[in-house]
Amino acid sequence: MSDNILVKVNGLKKYYKGEEVKALDGITTEIKRGEVVVVIGPSGSGKSTFLRSLNLLEIPTAGEIYLDNEEITDPKISINKARRKTGMVFQHFNLFPNMTVMGNMTFAPKKLLKKSKEEAEAKAMELLKRVGLADRADAYPSQLSGGQKQRIAIVRALCMEPELMLFDEPTSALDPEMVGETLDVMKELAKEGMTMVVVTHEMGFAKEVGSRVIFMDEG
Amino acid sequence: MGKIIEWITQTCAGIGEWFQVTAAEFAKQFHLNFIKDNRWEYIVDGLGRTLIITVLAAILGFAIGVVVAALRSTYDLNKEVMSRRKNFGYRIFSFFNKLCKVYIAVIRGTPVVVQLMIMYFVIFASSTNSTGIAVLAFGINSGAYVAEIIRAGIMSVDRGQFEAGRSLGLNYVQTMIFVIIPQVFKSVLPSLLNEAIALLKETSIAGYVGIVDLTKAGEIIKGVTFSAFMPLIAVALIYLTIVIFLTWIVGKIERRLRKNER
Repeated sequence: MSDNILVKVNGLKKYYKGEEVKALDGITTEIKRGEVVVVIGPSGSGKSTFLRSLNLLEIPTAGEIYLDNEEITDPKISINKARRKTGMVFQHFNLFPNMTVMGNMTFAPKKLLKKSKEEAEAKAMELLKRVGLADRADAYPSQLSGGQKQRIAIVRALCMEPELMLFDEPTSALDPEMVGETLDVMKELAKEGMTMVVVTHEMGFAKEVGSRVIFMDEG
Repeated sequence: MGKIIEWITQTCAGIGEWFQVTAAEFAKQFHLNFIKDNRWEYIVDGLGRTLIITVLAAILGFAIGVVVAALRSTYDLNKEVMSRRKNFGYRIFSFFNKLCKVYIAVIRGTPVVVQLMIMYFVIFASSTNSTGIAVLAFGINSGAYVAEIIRAGIMSVDRGQFEAGRSLGLNYVQTMIFVIIPQVFKSVLPSLLNEAIALLKETSIAGYVGIVDLTKAGEIIKGVTFSAFMPLIAVALIYLTIVIFLTWIVGKIERRLRKNER
């Protein structure tokens, strides 16, 4: 496998209830570094399941996933280590309501990357400035709008310095006027060369930013 | 006109007299039930025993509840990942999960009086430390309820919170301690208070195994003085006061916890 390829998926299958529901039925694909892959398809076609399999929030029934030349579907490997290389952004933001924005962003780097408080906060502040939310560092998630929450969720994931960013319908839960500000952040990220897998219904975004589109239907 | 004034004075005098008689009767009853022969000591001793049993049983119940809830929810949330390996750890977890289920089913399925009596007359028939046995019985009983309260609290936190924690690379325990527990604590506090109140009142059955707790003390006084009103109302008022005090304390804690979310 060449160094150019970040993710390799081989015959990925996910069945529920025995074999009754086939959410994913043998997906094989490769994702190169710096590529922005957009996954589209009708509801229930397994888009989210595919995305969530990439950082093992769903455990595949069969098939292998290689991340950075390492098989993460191997039961013996540490799932937590593998997950650190990927950042994930959810449809419903999933910010931690009991922490401030700064707490949300610096918590994991301090615990897992063993960064000092100053180091983590400096990095977080820099990212907050880039998304234009530096003044909200001390706010709690309940005080933010949907668009602000999602931008915070994106930079929270970036604080862990991932190699791959996964977006699970990042704009579906947002009011129309807030979709733009979130997409702008994602576009900028794509321009900087981040490898991204995006599940979305935003065809405009797919056309403009996506380097490849995967269309899924019935797994 | 004169008649009306006369009527009013008479009525007032009548009410005054009634009050005087009642007050005198009250004082007499009070003296009979609490002062004479130092009967208030029954109440004080009984209250002490009730509080000791309640506090120790609450601590034991909370400890059992946390352990059982942690075990059960860990199993429920990680079943899928753990069962991939089917190793020794998974089997142990699966075994303890079943054990906890049986424990909860048995405790919730039988009356606490029966549990207390089984403890006293069957399991610890040779022991004379009745207070200790009561603590054990009430603690084990309360543990099952606390376990379900905490487990429900953990399960009611949005799955997305787990996923967010895990997707950042935190392991299960880290996600639990730093992300989930702070949120659970807030949501289960009212239910835990409820359980504490229920426990306090449940200890009133300790008299079944010969422990002189607050309720039993009231009953003993009633048996000696042949007047039911005074001792039983006094006992009821004491329980009520403790419960109101507990509610006030937890209300304060809750308000403090909510502060950082506004």
